[in-house]
Amino acid sequence: MTAPLLSVKNLTIDYIGEEKDFRAVDDVSFDVAPGEVFGLAGESGCGKSTIAFAISRLHKPPALIRRESTILLNGRNVLDLDDKGLRDFRWREVAMVFQSAMNSLNPVLRIEQQFYDVLKTHKGMSRAQARDRTAEMLKLVDIAPDRMRDYPHQFSGGMRQRIVIAICLALDPRLVVMDEPTTALDVVVQREILQRINELRRSLGFAVLFITHDLGLMVQFCDRIGIMLAGKLVEQNTAEATYGSPQHDYTKQLWASFPSLHGGVLL
Amino acid sequence: MTGQPTPILALDRVTKTFGHGPGAVHAARSISFSLHAGRALALVGESGSGKTTCARMAMREYMPTEGKILFKGEPVDRASPTETARYRRAVQMIFQDPFASLNPAHTIAYHLKRPLLLHRPDIKRAEIDATVRALLQQVKLDPDIVTPKYPHELSGGQRQRVNIARALAAKPEVIVADEPTSMLDVSVRLGVLNLLSEMKQQMKLGLLYITHDIATARYVAEDIAVMYAGQIVEWGNVGKVIDNPAHPYTKLLLSAVPDPDIRFDDPSVRLRPEDAEEIRRKSALTQDKIVEVDTDHFVRAA
Ligand SMILES: Nc1ncnc2c1ncn2[C@@H]1O[C@H](COP(=O)(O)OP(=O)(O)OP(=O)(O)O)[C@@H](O)[C@H]1O
Ligand SMILES: Nc1ncnc2c1ncn2[C@@H]1O[C@H](COP(=O)(O)OP(=O)(O)OP(=O)(O)O)[C@@H](O)[C@H]1O
Ligand SMILES: [Mg+2]
Ligand SMILES: [Mg+2]
Repeated sequence: MTAPLLSVKNLTIDYIGEEKDFRAVDDVSFDVAPGEVFGLAGESGCGKSTIAFAISRLHKPPALIRRESTILLNGRNVLDLDDKGLRDFRWREVAMVFQSAMNSLNPVLRIEQQFYDVLKTHKGMSRAQARDRTAEMLKLVDIAPDRMRDYPHQFSGGMRQRIVIAICLALDPRLVVMDEPTTALDVVVQREILQRINELRRSLGFAVLFITHDLGLMVQFCDRIGIMLAGKLVEQNTAEATYGSPQHDYTKQLWASFPSLHGGVLL
Repeated sequence: MTGQPTPILALDRVTKTFGHGPGAVHAARSISFSLHAGRALALVGESGSGKTTCARMAMREYMPTEGKILFKGEPVDRASPTETARYRRAVQMIFQDPFASLNPAHTIAYHLKRPLLLHRPDIKRAEIDATVRALLQQVKLDPDIVTPKYPHELSGGQRQRVNIARALAAKPEVIVADEPTSMLDVSVRLGVLNLLSEMKQQMKLGLLYITHDIATARYVAEDIAVMYAGQIVEWGNVGKVIDNPAHPYTKLLLSAVPDPDIRFDDPSVRLRPEDAEEIRRKSALTQDKIVEVDTDHFVRAA
């Protein structure tokens, strides 16, 4: 087996409260291989986003990562990075697409400018180079390159989400953390984007940490899946096994509450 | 959508255009649908097809460029201030994004007290706290834990349940729910959808349920309308449309519904972007011709 790209070990994260602390992530360990798509599924509030933020080093107080935790990316502990190290790390090594990323675009800047800011800061690109790269990336997510002159409000929620994904991929990161990246999209566009990301990770070799509530989608896209319950990783397996032979009761329960298109009445 | 008593809320050939001239966006093109007491209409379709625009027109946040919005049969553009106030209480919205819709500076208790004070003169001051607790319990949140919290201390799913409780606080007649459960996990999602269904029946709510999750549309709604590029391309009884789709876009949409038996890595099931593009190109054309596929099942000619 090749060395993992990402190795999360004994990750424990508390939200520090005035009276007592809340353990959002409890001794979680998992590896993600280069080029692999690893999924995190589980109930709302179980700590998925908290993990995603910690891996991207975007967690903020009151989130406190307990000392025994390590997050190794290419063997380097992400939690030890200083400011300079962080600047190189973010976007170039790990890019993150948030749950509500479509609102993270700056409303007063044209799309072109938002790509340019990232590409200039991290790659030192000129305007012309950035424009070419922007056109290329927009095409990748099925948006006409000439719309780079538009402002975010001129796009629908789904289109804005695709633009954020395009910005994230523009710097060729090694790991893309996607926290509910397509919940705002129609299933056709969702399928096209994830199918495309699947092809791109095969050709470009980046790995994906994929978070979604949609278990069906998760099985379609992921190589391996971790199931979380109340801060703990309770099951970790291949996608096929998670679907075909779930081990933990909670995983079985999740499948039982999965609505089906032609199933008529549920429950 | 046919032969029923006067709907609570109806859009009658409503069009919404943003901007002018060649850059104009035709977000909604001659949209008609009605919401009836105790019934749900699911609005599904492409992202960017105009679903939220329709919701915002129903909320009277956007003025239609053309067409009428009818509340209990009366056009709302002629409504008096009192009628408008009644409308604002009667039609409540649950938003797509639970992050943007709660004020970070206020506690959850505040978010629920406010609509009670604003819209519910029938509730005595002394009963407000108890009503807040009951609303939270209704959406399966623990009032002891949640009332003193601020929005950022809740997960996405927890916040969305607060939004639903807030909409219910006004005792509405219509709920416009724009992707209310897209950020909830499956187990909680069904709970919330059951809750919306229950309230639809018990409180005789008219529900406009906007979603990308077509399986849940079938679960919640009696009627469905499929939108593409600002037009409703197919509509009618939810079972008929899903089991026997007639429009190419509806077929494409249904074929892409996530299915754990289909892996993206399997080349034989690959959705060809060229095919999708061809269907999009055809479906984007304005089409006035409507075909009745079956009773209570209609499709726009493509
Ligand atoms: N800033 C905060 N302060 C206190 N508690 C927090 C804070 N942020 C999150 N939490 C709590 O930590 C837990 C984990 O939250 P997190 O956002 O990671 O969940 P999640 O699995 O991503 O949920 P969802 O699927 O709803 O997005 C939740 O119970 C939440 O209430
Ligand atoms: N305020 C606005 N100004 C200009 N264009 C707008 C505005 N609001 C929406 N649009 C455009 O109208 C079209 C319909 O947008 P709308 O948000 O209604 O789509 P939607 O079906 O809700 O999409 P999604 O599923 O992604 O939420 C899009 O092309 C969008 O860019
Ligand atoms: Mg989350
Ligand atoms: Mg919308």
